[in-house]
Amino acid sequence: MSRLMIPKTYKLYLNGAFVRSESGRSYKVSDDNGIFVANVAMASRKDAREAVVAARVAFAGWSGASAYNRGQVLYRIAELMEGRREQFVEEVYRAEGGGKEAAASQVEGAIDTWVWYAGWADKYAQVAGNANPVSGPYFNLSVPEPTGVVATIAGRRPCLLSLVSLIAPALVSGNTVVAFPSQAHPLPALSLSEVLATSDVPKGVVNILSGSPAEIAPWLASHADVNALDLTGAEDLNWIELQMSAAETLKRIIPPETAAWAAWRSLDRILAFTEIKTIWHTKSVI
Amino acid sequence: MIACADEKDVDAAVAAARRAYETVWSKLSGTDRGKYLFRIARLIQERSRELAVAESLDNGKPIKESRDVDLPLVAAWFFYYAGWADKLDHAGLGLDPQPLGVTAQVIPWNFPLLMLAWKIAPALTAGNTVVLKPAESTSLTALLFAEIVQQADLPPGVINIITGGGDTGRLLVQHPDVNKVAFTGSTVVGREIARAVAGTQKKLTLELGGKGANIVFDDAPLDQAIEGIVNGIFFNQGHVCCAGSRLLVQEGIHDDVIERLKHRLSTLRLGDPLDKNTDIGAINSAKQLARIEALSSAGEAEGAVRWSVPCRLPPKGYWFPPTLFTGVSTHHAIAREEIFGPVLSVLTFRTPEEAIAKANNTPYGLSAGIWSDKGSRILAVADKLRAGVIWANTFNRFDPASPFGGYKESGYGREGGRHGLLAYLQPRTWTGDGPVGQRGTVKMSSVKPVKPVERSRKAARKA
Amino acid sequence: MEQRAAALSTRSIKTSSKVLALDKIIELIDLTTLEGADTPGKVRSLATKAIQPDPSDRGTPHVAALCVYGDMVPYAVDALRDFNRSRNGDAIQIAAVATAFPSGRASLEVKCADTAEAVAAGADEIDMVIDRGAFLSGRHEEVFEQIRTVKEACQRPDGSYAHLKVILETGELSTYDNVHKASWLAILAGADFIKTSTGKVVPAATLPMTLLMLEVVRDWYRLTSKRVGVKPAGGIRSSKDAIRYLVAVAETAGEAWLHPSLFRFGASSLLDDVLLQRQRMKTGHYSGPDYVTID
Repeated sequence: MSRLMIPKTYKLYLNGAFVRSESGRSYKVSDDNGIFVANVAMASRKDAREAVVAARVAFAGWSGASAYNRGQVLYRIAELMEGRREQFVEEVYRAEGGGKEAAASQVEGAIDTWVWYAGWADKYAQVAGNANPVSGPYFNLSVPEPTGVVATIAGRRPCLLSLVSLIAPALVSGNTVVAFPSQAHPLPALSLSEVLATSDVPKGVVNILSGSPAEIAPWLASHADVNALDLTGAEDLNWIELQMSAAETLKRIIPPETAAWAAWRSLDRILAFTEIKTIWHTKSVI
Repeated sequence: MIACADEKDVDAAVAAARRAYETVWSKLSGTDRGKYLFRIARLIQERSRELAVAESLDNGKPIKESRDVDLPLVAAWFFYYAGWADKLDHAGLGLDPQPLGVTAQVIPWNFPLLMLAWKIAPALTAGNTVVLKPAESTSLTALLFAEIVQQADLPPGVINIITGGGDTGRLLVQHPDVNKVAFTGSTVVGREIARAVAGTQKKLTLELGGKGANIVFDDAPLDQAIEGIVNGIFFNQGHVCCAGSRLLVQEGIHDDVIERLKHRLSTLRLGDPLDKNTDIGAINSAKQLARIEALSSAGEAEGAVRWSVPCRLPPKGYWFPPTLFTGVSTHHAIAREEIFGPVLSVLTFRTPEEAIAKANNTPYGLSAGIWSDKGSRILAVADKLRAGVIWANTFNRFDPASPFGGYKESGYGREGGRHGLLAYLQPRTWTGDGPVGQRGTVKMSSVKPVKPVERSRKAARKA
Repeated sequence: MEQRAAALSTRSIKTSSKVLALDKIIELIDLTTLEGADTPGKVRSLATKAIQPDPSDRGTPHVAALCVYGDMVPYAVDALRDFNRSRNGDAIQIAAVATAFPSGRASLEVKCADTAEAVAAGADEIDMVIDRGAFLSGRHEEVFEQIRTVKEACQRPDGSYAHLKVILETGELSTYDNVHKASWLAILAGADFIKTSTGKVVPAATLPMTLLMLEVVRDWYRLTSKRVGVKPAGGIRSSKDAIRYLVAVAETAGEAWLHPSLFRFGASSLLDDVLLQRQRMKTGHYSGPDYVTID
């Protein structure tokens, strides 16, 4: 006799906790064949607001952690994902179809993406920073720093890899993130948040909100306490309007990109959400 | 009377820049581009006296500053970037990075020639061509510079200078055949430009307003600090986006610092910009003077205590005496808004944490200063300040090798140094076999914008 | 008590009344700094914020009072003098904590001297603490006497009195019975306001305790037609929380209490959150801490 399985409740990942939307809303998620899989929490603008507050509070700690520590935490995510590889493959496969092999390759790509970015945490500043030979008795150094709170729209296939490819580079330098995964296929992303919750990522550093980016993204684009907007996966949204709205507070922006996902693994993605700080210090006359 | 470029002029300038980009400048070797820039640098040095006088006449800044600060930096900027032209492989974008194409550059009136150099030198060395619009009230030296460009025998169309006001600037920035926009000026206009380029493939760098905090700890070398504070806010009549306009003094040394400041300020000479002994020159325009006066009055109305240098102001022209406000709190408008004039707001703090929190409590993030004898404290505080340029035991230093630019609403992108170069380049994508074409775009006409229909509908609605 | 408080918390506030509610909260705030590290500079700065909470919006109302330690009263008086002169009755009150705040561990003489000094320096209101030790060991009469004596110390040379707020420190009294008793005792001894907490003890103000105190002042009013005020203090940090208190006030004591003379919030960071929400209502987008000034 077969056992009756226990379905999982998928919630928002907000400030390190798994919560239902404050609005009480949820929406149906179906698999590739249109068969019902789960009811998923549907984030409201107030959930997004709470997520930004959480991300802002978490920023000081995460950006203040040592680069070595951030690298270790990111690598730990890869370790835990590897341990749940089968679950992710299953979820990706159910969501996107297209064969188990493709799903497995996507999951492996996502894990390896964490590893790749983990290694950058204590190196990117050496590549992007400079000692500057200025005229005069000054010690002059330029260093990259994280820009702050990054809002990310990942809504596209490959649903797991695209999200990881956007979150990981933002985290490398110490940014904190409010992310919208694919609206149609949010389950792998919500499982990723279970990995994040158990992998030493401090609460609030990553917040994952399932729901409608079309409804919520405008609130994040205009939010004065969001420093950057990653629209890489927003090509189906009214992204020009979002960009115009983000201009009000001069957010850093990555516009929608149509390149293959492989190209996303890049130092550019790390640097896009950093600021160069240049420090001048006098040298005394000996 | 200076011409005001209209749509036809802007079209012609952009077309000339496009032509020059495609037929000459992008085909030229880096070595030769560099040589042109070196030529320009030399010509500027040769004519620096004439340029300095013109700058002071036009802008109102003291000749001492235009001669000793602006002009040497202008030449240095061209020298610095000239040397990059044939070394772009080392800029940090991989081998053979590509220029962007035609760049539209709009600059302000506070450092007319220096801002021109900040914009043109890196653009040209990277292989772009330029259409530059100087500020309406300070176009003189840009036109003199055009003459230098002719003397350098630069191919026609590589540098185009158009004059005019905000409308001209708008036409230039919104021109569909521009690949890159670089702007220095107010945050208000910066926002407008960011909106205007939304949805296009144009790259954008913005260097905008600021409300720089200058933090003086109680162990600071005070004599040095006083000079730095004065230089921080009264340099160029305070017409400096990175000015140290908020002085944060540790409570225990407040009275001492204020007394010393007043004493030092009383010895400054205000007057004829062309007099070599003048420290403080004229305010650039009637409009700017009115803004400074309005904000100062607001400061008084809010209860801050105003002190102005008791000096006689020349009867003709726009003048404002160096002014201190004490008893200022973070909640006063004069501690929040950029005044862009010789007005210093003095606030106090008790602990380093409080100083950092107050310094960062602004939508801006351009510059900050730290005065302390303790190196470890300086480094710790510098780490926590959210500003693009931090001066420790000095202020308002600039160098072509040193990147400059803001956090938050002070803009994005950097000018100066290797980072300044990156604003005018894009990487080439490579596979094992070689380049696979360029990422982004060079030629606007060959690019299909995403959702063109929507864009034009949006544009129409905004208009 | 908890259930009633929870029920009141579910009231939904419509946009138009929310704008009014936010302004009302500001008008009811005792903007407070009670740190050992307070300096004249800090107090002056806070006074500016009390006058003009949001420099980007001149239409923002001023707060009800500035609440400081007794020795800071002269600086508060000085910083608010010009503004208060120009206000014609609608002044920002100066409240001083006294009577060996926050513990209340001192002799009655010291407590009275503490109070008299603050009143002489120009405090309009005195926030005193009761002797919780005495109360918990059953010496209620002693507590009553102390309040009565401190009230006397609030008298000015011209015969008028500084307003007396009596802090029960509900977090230490711990039970509803105690708080109920202490509320009655304070009112009978002459309190103009009963106040939940010093803000130095956790838990500070809670909605159920405040609700209980509101019921006491309501009952007192029914008996005597005299109105005594209520001040929850400490731990109220968000506009959302504050609005819940407003609902509780209106539905328990009555709307007459929604006035600075009868209800206050003792808070420091609450104001910042109210300003953020106000900016959001005004601009249509969410604001951030960079747009709200810190002290």
